[in-house]
Amino acid sequence: MKAAPEHRHAVAAWWQAAPFALVFGLFFLLPLALVAMVSLWNFNEYELIPAFTLRNYFSIFEGCSQLTDNGDLCVTLSTYLSTLKFCLLVWAITLVLGFAVAYFLAFHVRSATLQTVLFVLCTVPFWTSNVIRMVSWVPLLGRNGLVNQSLQWLGLVDQPLEWLLFSNFSVVLAFVHLYTMFMIVPIFNSMMRIDRSLLEAASDAGASGWQTLWNVVVPLSRTGILIGSIFVITIVMGDFVTIGVMGGQQIASVGKIIQVQTSYLQFPLAAANAVILLAVVLMIIWGLTRLVDIRKEL
Amino acid sequence: MPRLRPHHIREPRSAGFWPLLIVFGLFVLFLYGPMITIFVLSFQGPEGGLTFPLRGTSLHWFRQLAAGLGTVDIGAAFRRSLMLGTAVMLLTVVLSVLAGLAYRKKLRGGDALFFVTVASLIMPSIVVSLGIGLQFRLFDTGLKSLLGALGAETTLENYGTALGLFTSALGAHLTWTLPFGLLIMFAVFNRFNPAYEEAARDLGATPWQAFSHVVLPLIGPSIVGIGMFGFTLSWDEIARTSQAIGDVNTLPLELQGLTATVTTPAIYALGSVTTVVSLLVMGGTLAAVALLRRRASTRRPH
Repeated sequence: MKAAPEHRHAVAAWWQAAPFALVFGLFFLLPLALVAMVSLWNFNEYELIPAFTLRNYFSIFEGCSQLTDNGDLCVTLSTYLSTLKFCLLVWAITLVLGFAVAYFLAFHVRSATLQTVLFVLCTVPFWTSNVIRMVSWVPLLGRNGLVNQSLQWLGLVDQPLEWLLFSNFSVVLAFVHLYTMFMIVPIFNSMMRIDRSLLEAASDAGASGWQTLWNVVVPLSRTGILIGSIFVITIVMGDFVTIGVMGGQQIASVGKIIQVQTSYLQFPLAAANAVILLAVVLMIIWGLTRLVDIRKEL
Repeated sequence: MPRLRPHHIREPRSAGFWPLLIVFGLFVLFLYGPMITIFVLSFQGPEGGLTFPLRGTSLHWFRQLAAGLGTVDIGAAFRRSLMLGTAVMLLTVVLSVLAGLAYRKKLRGGDALFFVTVASLIMPSIVVSLGIGLQFRLFDTGLKSLLGALGAETTLENYGTALGLFTSALGAHLTWTLPFGLLIMFAVFNRFNPAYEEAARDLGATPWQAFSHVVLPLIGPSIVGIGMFGFTLSWDEIARTSQAIGDVNTLPLELQGLTATVTTPAIYALGSVTTVVSLLVMGGTLAAVALLRRRASTRRPH
């Protein structure tokens, strides 16, 4: 009888995975389903009303079919646009910076021990508090911070620069500070799998350094680039903590809208916003995976 | 030109080395500079402010912190985060190892479970947080109306909410730590040689004996690593906890609130303390891994 033990094996495996699966069923899939459901519910000041309505979605896009009297976009669209702008900027910077750091670690550091040490050096801050890492910019970028003091001492500016802290600049800076790690790790991982003889072959065939980089290293690192990009983009699209703290609670973001609506217990509105956010994020990820596949086919 | 070279002559650095070294150095400075700054400033003298210069050095702001910042009980939040982090760490280790073992066999639905796990990792945290908060509030409403229908008035009056540290917040943290745990288990078992286990089984070991005497010591260091992920990620978690915790707050949530209200170096002192806890956990992990490795190598017959 060969089938019996194998069957028992499969059952045992199922029981081993069951607690893990249960956590995701209970705290991930069910909550997401409820978000989708409640986004279609009605509500008043006191309670949720389980009756199907599209009111929440309509109210989010209210007035979005035309520009306002001042020539601006409606709140929802301009918030999405601003969040996307942050997303694109942070993505571009972390990609270039993360790629450069990973490239240095993977191809220029020759000793394996030193490589590990430097890699760990890059990842240690990931395990420390994000809020503290944001707060730590205050003594540097504040009105009387180190940067302004230095600039004034050098005579480069007369007045302290106001846009250094609690501004779009500090938000992007903090994002790059916090999340470049998410680019470095997967890209480094991809680069370490590249067969070194390919680089030598390229150089023997007369390729310049840039040509090797662009035609050999970048295509072979694309899985890492893709994974890192997905991490950074989903984090920035849903963020409300970094934009809140570093923007001095003055800059709007999609995540912040959801957070504020939740704290006012406007769950159906928050849920509808969450569904839209999710749709946008999934579209971006889908686009990214398409981009990578197309490159592979070319 | 022949490419053979004597080994003791080091290959000259290629053109990109120096610029990239500078980029790397600046990046490390960028990573650590601000943290070092607030560490130094947390020892600011009593008259000092949020920025340089240092007006003397003192432990004044640490004492202020111990006395409490405004209405916030830092000590209680600290203990709550410590307890939650420990629970998350233990559950992350146990559940990830079990699931990792399951994936080594034929696991029906394994692909779907893996897909869900990765989806949880990259899902915007605010969506997860909102979902869990909503779920528990709907549960509250349902339970209250049930209690009302049953006429259990006293139970109804005493019932507050199911939202809490070890219910909703624990679940929210696990959706963030378990994916890392499973990915580490995959990395471990990808490089794991099943011959050891088979040898144990051939020698008559039960599955439990094969696991506890052979597999566990071999994957021990990685398990410690998973534990560190579990604790440190929970210790600093904000986004997923924010809407899913109810009335009490964890330390990072209090910290986030304090950034807007506290304008003294006490907040830097708090930052130094939480960072030191994270670093201690990391150091402890490294020490435990080294210890496990040494024990594993001395136990081997020579």
